[in-house]
Amino acid sequence: MGGLTVNTKLLRQILVGFVRDEVYKVGVRKGVLGLSGGIDSALVAYIAAEALGPENVHAYCMPYRTSNPESEAHARLVAESLGIKFKVIEITPMIDAYFTLTPDADNMRRGNKMARERMTILYDHSAAVGGLVLGTSNKTELLLGYGTLHGDMASALNPIGDIYKSQVWALSEAMGVPSEVIEKKPSADLWAGQTDEQELGFTYREADELLYRMVDQRMSREELVAAGFDAAFIDNVARKVQGSHFKRRLPIIAKVSNRTIDRDFRYARDWGK
Amino acid sequence: MDFTVALAQIKPKLGCLDDNMALAEAAIEKGIAAGADLVVFPELALTGYFLKDLVPEVALRLDSPQMEKLKKLSERISIAIGFVEVSADYRFFNSAVYLEAGEIRHVHRKVYLPTYGLFDEQRYMARGERFRAFDTRFGRIGMLICEDMWHLSAPYILAMDGAMTLICLSSSPGRGVTESEGLGSAAAWQKLTTTTAMFLNCRVFYCNRVGYEDGINFWGGSEAISPSGEMTDRGAILEEDFVLAKVDGGALRRERIFSPMMRDENLAITVKELKRIDREKDC
Repeated sequence: MGGLTVNTKLLRQILVGFVRDEVYKVGVRKGVLGLSGGIDSALVAYIAAEALGPENVHAYCMPYRTSNPESEAHARLVAESLGIKFKVIEITPMIDAYFTLTPDADNMRRGNKMARERMTILYDHSAAVGGLVLGTSNKTELLLGYGTLHGDMASALNPIGDIYKSQVWALSEAMGVPSEVIEKKPSADLWAGQTDEQELGFTYREADELLYRMVDQRMSREELVAAGFDAAFIDNVARKVQGSHFKRRLPIIAKVSNRTIDRDFRYARDWGK
Repeated sequence: MDFTVALAQIKPKLGCLDDNMALAEAAIEKGIAAGADLVVFPELALTGYFLKDLVPEVALRLDSPQMEKLKKLSERISIAIGFVEVSADYRFFNSAVYLEAGEIRHVHRKVYLPTYGLFDEQRYMARGERFRAFDTRFGRIGMLICEDMWHLSAPYILAMDGAMTLICLSSSPGRGVTESEGLGSAAAWQKLTTTTAMFLNCRVFYCNRVGYEDGINFWGGSEAISPSGEMTDRGAILEEDFVLAKVDGGALRRERIFSPMMRDENLAITVKELKRIDREKDC
């Protein structure tokens, strides 16, 4: 569909410029990111390497014992093709130690804990190497809320948060991300055989086509139905967007003073930069 | 008269007056050294764009030391530059000042403050009340600030007030990455600047900034447009640049002979019909 097709050359220029400019203006030269072996973090690694130079990109692969070994192999492949700094940090000891306290925790709690464990490691390394944590959540998963608050959704800067998964695929191809990373099924890799699309109940392509019209073009429900989208699918996606909105906002603050942070105390984050 | 205009496509720092003054001074010196007669800066060049609550903190009075410094520099080159102006009654304007021969020739306060989508200007700034052309050594000029130009009446009024050169100072955020060659916002502006020049047989100097503020990019692409609507010079897209455009003074005269639309434009009919529309609007 027209709207999701992007001029990848221009998109690359904007996103590379974004990472360079926003990292440098903070007064550091480095970027830190988690490399899962999936396409989103691979693309961010490519953007960061071009923006900051491969020697200034620190990538960490943080597998748990149930992670698919192929994920680590793909993360390594991405790091080696780019020549960025790469380290594997197993999170099994920390996660298992914690869950001995509550052995009955379900998959969701375990998955969230792993995502947050990884983010604490990234922020610790951000301080250790003097770099900013780069976010790897795309617009599709941010809108659907398919991520862990304060986990993989955390970051200092996110170069791909305004591009849909379909656009991530297109840009990854244009930037030379290895084809095995582009072609494999997207997975949160929390347990063997898990795939995003199976868990969501629809494909990313389907979601992108709908979200683009719903969010970017602000088409009404009637217009979406007329355009051929299934009403139940529209409602399901709309519910996910609204239901996950809290994940995309800062915590709300009880107002008592005349100047409350973010409400009537408003400054850009790039204040003075 | 032939002359050279410099379009200073700079990257201001958000809320840093001193740094931006230094940037402006360096660009002015560069313009002087390159033999330019006029240097044009972007909208809010001295402050950055997404100021929010910083507006009162970076605002300048017309008798501020910064303005005195610019006046002094304008003895050597004419200058058009954007800043936040504070009036004696503490209203804050998104303004552009034109300085020449050591004095302020004109101040334009942005009339159309966009407050929609990613814009929030009217929350923080007061609205200007007039469009006026003014005399300079390059003939009569009219200034517009970014969104002003999207209102057909604004350049029209300036042209009817005798402006033959329109200067547009801009901080246009880049958006609309599609399958097209350029950014949506850049393509729209390029249509607007060339069409405006063509409609009004005016030259257009468009200066847009670059850089990022909170993830929002400004796309640059500053332009000089001839009175026939041809883009003669264009700055880099998304990168700092310093465009030196040679302006062929004769082109304006030739265009006005070739397409005398401004000669034939009937102000009386326009005013009469607008008055009627205004009268009937409330009925």
